[in-house]
Amino acid sequence: MTTTTPVTPARVPSVPSAGYRVGFGHLMVSEWTKIRSVRSTAWTLILFVVITIGFTALFSWLTVANWNGPHAGSRDANIVTDPVGFVLGAGLGLGQLTLCVLGVLVITTEYSTGVIRASLLAVPRRLWMLAAKCLVFAVLLLLISEVVVFGSFFIGSAILHSHVPVSLSDHNVTRAVLGAGLYLTVLGLFSLGIGGIIRHTAGAVTTAIGVVFVLPILSGLLPNSWGAHVNGYLPEQAGTLIGQAHPPSGGNVLSAWQGFGVFCLWAAVLLAIAAYMLNKRDA
Amino acid sequence: MIEVHDLTKRYGEKVAVDHLSFTVEPGRVTGFLGPNGAGKSTTMRLILGLDHPTSGTATINGRQYRDLPQPLHTVGALLEAKSVHPGRSARNHLLFLAQSQGLPSSRVDEVLGLVGLRDVASKRMGGFSLGMGQRLGIAAALLGDPQVLLLDEPVNGLDPEGVLWIRNLMKQLAADGRTILVSSHLMNEMAVTADHLIVIGRGKLITESTTEEVIARSTDKSVRVRTPDAERLAGLITAAGGKATPGAATNGENATGNGAPVLTVTGMEAARVGEIAASASIVLHELTPMASLEDAYMELTSGSLEFGEHLPEPAKATQGSA
Repeated sequence: MTTTTPVTPARVPSVPSAGYRVGFGHLMVSEWTKIRSVRSTAWTLILFVVITIGFTALFSWLTVANWNGPHAGSRDANIVTDPVGFVLGAGLGLGQLTLCVLGVLVITTEYSTGVIRASLLAVPRRLWMLAAKCLVFAVLLLLISEVVVFGSFFIGSAILHSHVPVSLSDHNVTRAVLGAGLYLTVLGLFSLGIGGIIRHTAGAVTTAIGVVFVLPILSGLLPNSWGAHVNGYLPEQAGTLIGQAHPPSGGNVLSAWQGFGVFCLWAAVLLAIAAYMLNKRDA
Repeated sequence: MIEVHDLTKRYGEKVAVDHLSFTVEPGRVTGFLGPNGAGKSTTMRLILGLDHPTSGTATINGRQYRDLPQPLHTVGALLEAKSVHPGRSARNHLLFLAQSQGLPSSRVDEVLGLVGLRDVASKRMGGFSLGMGQRLGIAAALLGDPQVLLLDEPVNGLDPEGVLWIRNLMKQLAADGRTILVSSHLMNEMAVTADHLIVIGRGKLITESTTEEVIARSTDKSVRVRTPDAERLAGLITAAGGKATPGAATNGENATGNGAPVLTVTGMEAARVGEIAASASIVLHELTPMASLEDAYMELTSGSLEFGEHLPEPAKATQGSA
């Protein structure tokens, strides 16, 4: 003990009963305090910003430097078809990893540290707690993601400008940039769902990254038409369609918004399973 | 008031709580005793809605925990297992709890002051000592000024000053008319703190009575004797049918000290020991009947020890250990 306390405790100051059931707004404020008061939140978000914007700039710059290079023909053609898809895809492909980790951490650290017990004592209606957590996390991610994707777009498009001019007023471009932010937000909730089901940080992070990065590779090994269909409905494949203004024709079984809908459905199913298990299991 | 009715909890094949019923009345400190693995922590977790009972009910002021409109204003709990994020500050931990109840943030500073943690309020809790962690847990339990308190091993890791502090706090809270249920493996601690005892073993109720009654029912009393002539007295006691062993039987607070050697006598009343000493002109420095709660408790729970002959398991910090 570094502090001394009188042996006779001071009287416990009384608190008047609020006389009302704790409201959802209180729960959201409480969840916001939880999220902002641990360092992992700030660190993962800083990494998210640095990686996403950094790699967007790097890939755009490398592309411009090698424009019309020896093996760059088909790549350059794809960029010309969908410059915004290229710009956003370059940095987000890696940056999204950090949001997978954060989404998982937001819930698994409650289990690993035991805070879940304090949380559920305060809010025994467990689904409300989970709902408040999801909503607060979604709002935080939406704000940061939109800032980052617009930042990435402006930086990337400025670098590409000499070869492929692209602006927000071009067809589907604003939708693609806004949509990329939406995708990242739902990705965070998707990871939160996985974290809520698995409860262990390492297992949940591995699963989330496996589903986002490894499944598409595996489905690519399936025979042709099978592969295309399975692949098209995978979370990451479906979800990222919204971040492309002109998806390369042929391979896609879903439109941009359909793909986003499918991705939201994935996240919703995972969160529903997580909610069911939260209610069912002992804390 | 806490009412537990026919409460049962199974983890697979293992029955942690077995048709347990008891009532915890307001206005007094109720001790909750049992050997490791008896189901004390599980019972508390069931009352608090953290675990789901296999059957039976537990209510607080007539309501199940999950139906309480402002839970922390009704019930405060200190759990044995850790429930803080080591990277979060004490203030933020209490703040998110307060916010979830619609309590003002000024309340956080009040309880921090109450438990003497105001100076370290903004420090990360990972650096807290066991005692500071317990004080923080008490602060969290008192945050909502609850009418009912459940404290699982509250004196664990506290220094003597802290133990005294908790003891006084519990008495004061009970005097306010609150309902206090406190579990402890320190039987002597319960003897001076609790007015009423609930003793369980293997998830079953062994006895529910006042502390005095439980102690009075103890049959295997011992007597502590301090005399410069310990060897001769021991011989006389043995000859008279008693059993005298050198040294103190328990590590109670007064068991050690300077001066004459100590004998622990069993199988004989204190009065008889005094008579034997007097008839042999042996000087006694101390003659204390040691009908401790510990003795009573060991007697009550013998046969219900979860781990039988084995060494007692160290209290686990994970769920469902005790």
